[in-house]
Amino acid sequence: MKILVAVKRVIDYNVQIRVKEDGTGVVTDNVKMSTNPPDDNAIEEAVKIKESGKATEVIAVTVGEEKAQETVRKALAVGADRGIHVKAEGIIEPIAVSKILQKIVEKEKPDLVFMGKQAIDDDCNQTGQMLSALLNWPQATFASKIEVKDGKLEVIREIDEGLETIEINTPAIVTCDLRLNEPRYASLPNIMKAKKKPIEQMNASDLGVDTAPKIQQIKVEEPPKRKAGIKVSSVAELVQKLKNEAKVI
Amino acid sequence: MARESMEYDVVIIGGGPSGLSTAIKLKQLDPNLNVCLLEKASEIGAHILSGNVFETRALDELLPNWKELNSPIKTKVSKEKFLFLGKRKSLSWPTWLLPKVQQNHNNYIISLANLCRWLAEQAETLGVEIFPGFPASEILYNEDGSVKGVATQDMGIDKEGNQKDSFEPGIELLGKVTVFAEGCRGHLGKQLIEKFNLSKNKDPQQYGIGFKEIWEIEDKNHEEGMVMHTAGWPLDNNTYGGSFVYHAENKQVFLGYVIGLDYKNPYLSPYDEFQRFKTHPAIKKIVEGGKRISYGARALIEGGLQSLPQMFMPGALLVGCDAGTLNMPKIKGSHTAMKSGMIAAETIFENIKENKNLSIYEEKFKKSWVYEELHAARNVKPSFSWGLMLGIIFTGIDQILFKGKLPFTLKHKHADHETLKPANEMSKIDYPKYDNVITFDKTSSVYLTGTNHAENQPVHLKLKDPNLPISYTLEKFDEPAQRYCPAGVYEVQKENDQNKFVINSQNCIHCKTCDIKEPSQNITWVTPEGSGGPKYGNM
Repeated sequence: MKILVAVKRVIDYNVQIRVKEDGTGVVTDNVKMSTNPPDDNAIEEAVKIKESGKATEVIAVTVGEEKAQETVRKALAVGADRGIHVKAEGIIEPIAVSKILQKIVEKEKPDLVFMGKQAIDDDCNQTGQMLSALLNWPQATFASKIEVKDGKLEVIREIDEGLETIEINTPAIVTCDLRLNEPRYASLPNIMKAKKKPIEQMNASDLGVDTAPKIQQIKVEEPPKRKAGIKVSSVAELVQKLKNEAKVI
Repeated sequence: MARESMEYDVVIIGGGPSGLSTAIKLKQLDPNLNVCLLEKASEIGAHILSGNVFETRALDELLPNWKELNSPIKTKVSKEKFLFLGKRKSLSWPTWLLPKVQQNHNNYIISLANLCRWLAEQAETLGVEIFPGFPASEILYNEDGSVKGVATQDMGIDKEGNQKDSFEPGIELLGKVTVFAEGCRGHLGKQLIEKFNLSKNKDPQQYGIGFKEIWEIEDKNHEEGMVMHTAGWPLDNNTYGGSFVYHAENKQVFLGYVIGLDYKNPYLSPYDEFQRFKTHPAIKKIVEGGKRISYGARALIEGGLQSLPQMFMPGALLVGCDAGTLNMPKIKGSHTAMKSGMIAAETIFENIKENKNLSIYEEKFKKSWVYEELHAARNVKPSFSWGLMLGIIFTGIDQILFKGKLPFTLKHKHADHETLKPANEMSKIDYPKYDNVITFDKTSSVYLTGTNHAENQPVHLKLKDPNLPISYTLEKFDEPAQRYCPAGVYEVQKENDQNKFVINSQNCIHCKTCDIKEPSQNITWVTPEGSGGPKYGNM
């Protein structure tokens, strides 16, 4: 069984995001970038399944600029066998990413596709679902436990109401929640070995996918600053303020 | 569980200007040398903080074609100012009357973090293996006592010291020569200086704490290439320090303050002095209407030649400010750090190829321009122990009339942890409230550093005696850690009417000030889990 895992390069979760002065986006120059955190969970799960003997190969794939390769290299350092880097510049929307992944799936014929439930930069939470539609494969989203059974997957999903257990047929798409596992550290010898593992590079256009954005971004702004809280002296004053100032009741 | 080990010709600890220059020079001398470099930050540059007005002398020698290599050295110094600040007033000192070492017209305003990122690219192109996120936590010795290499930190250890599921043992990196380039007060360098008695017959090392903020300011207040320094207010005559204000590219201003850690009053809060400094009319008018985008702090070396330890020992070398090559009157350490690394590389090359003893490092260093610079600079900092005014007068005579060639050397008398006076002999300092426009509290400042340490790991600030902060330091010095720490790591909290010393180690920005200033040397800074600490951008 082959598992394909999609990983995305995003601004590190510890970095304080700064909006560009001209409102065209956020500052990424000299900003620490990392793998999207739930994508790390996706890689970890795939490697664990391989280690349990239920999978034979883990392939990491990313879409993005030259430096996006670093995320594939990181995946290789924690146990993926080989990598694919689809080069594309600028903002690449989920629809373009899913079309690219569709092409890769057609080529590589994996049994499972894993990825994070959403990316922490745009929070879209769409790529897995769109890929599922494009391939007409079953999907299990927000997975916090995955059990591989013969030709099937049992997945526990983190949903608003609690936990939902579903069973789906493979091939399938699974998007992973942070609760799924604790990603391992990349050890130094494994980072060294990862440098020798192959990464296949191609352009999005080679796959016949147009990555031009379909959505026009008008402006990026910082959220308004929160005003300092105040203390009210009585319930009556609170009700009066909620009614007349906050206008919520 | 036995640790794996990997062998290299040269193992370098630290990805700052000195370590990276060592690596580059080694590969230039012999591309076949196996060189690896460890860095504790999550990426090269993320723990680098510096003013920085950069003198290119060392870089001109190391990479003469740096202008063609898309280096981040762009903003040439175009104008200079020196101000003496009074409480409300300021007096501009003509720059032609400044000692030559403080003139900057051939220098550049840069971000040292970006320079290091770029140097790392050059080093990787030459085949240096760079491993960010791997702190060296332990020195390894051969049976004959010589340095064999280092071990990286174990990862996946919980608060109590137990192995978590994710446990990953550290590995041993062994080198024919190990180069320690950790920067000021490196925690391994400190052990080596002690073990090999490298500071024998030297004065105690002197340190400062440097703060830096980056502001994006209004167009009308921005003068790209302008370099300004100040002395005086808010510090009193007996406290050594001053500010820098550098107008960099992209409407940014690098604003900073350095205070000597030999200050005497335990109530002094370096952080609050810096915040207060920004409220001076001459400074406020620059940042007013602008936005603060970065904050950070780091200890720096001020001792100069008198305090410079022997830099070689069996199997290892100290370079840059892990030894202490900063030129204090010049307020620059990057070019000297780089040069010390380049000399180290030449030494190692001759050591490996011709079996020469590492002690030739000292001879080479003494013949270099770094030594010449540090020698001429040696009397400036100690003269300020007589106070600001006498210090300035002496420095004028020493630097302008005698060009640093006076036939005597002043001494540093005390280590910085010995200088605090008991709290009951000193007066409290009433710092103004933060306005959240120009001045900010520590919490919101630390937030800007992006510092983080993975939860559930051992505290990396070790107390030799856990009771001492409350039983002695609080009593005698009102626990100055609450004030000298620029990140609010240390707090004294009341719990059921009992005082309790709290260490918020996850806030630590790796500045090392506590390790230096704690009056009983009770705090030891050790490496936290890899990738922990600040995520500085263009600092």
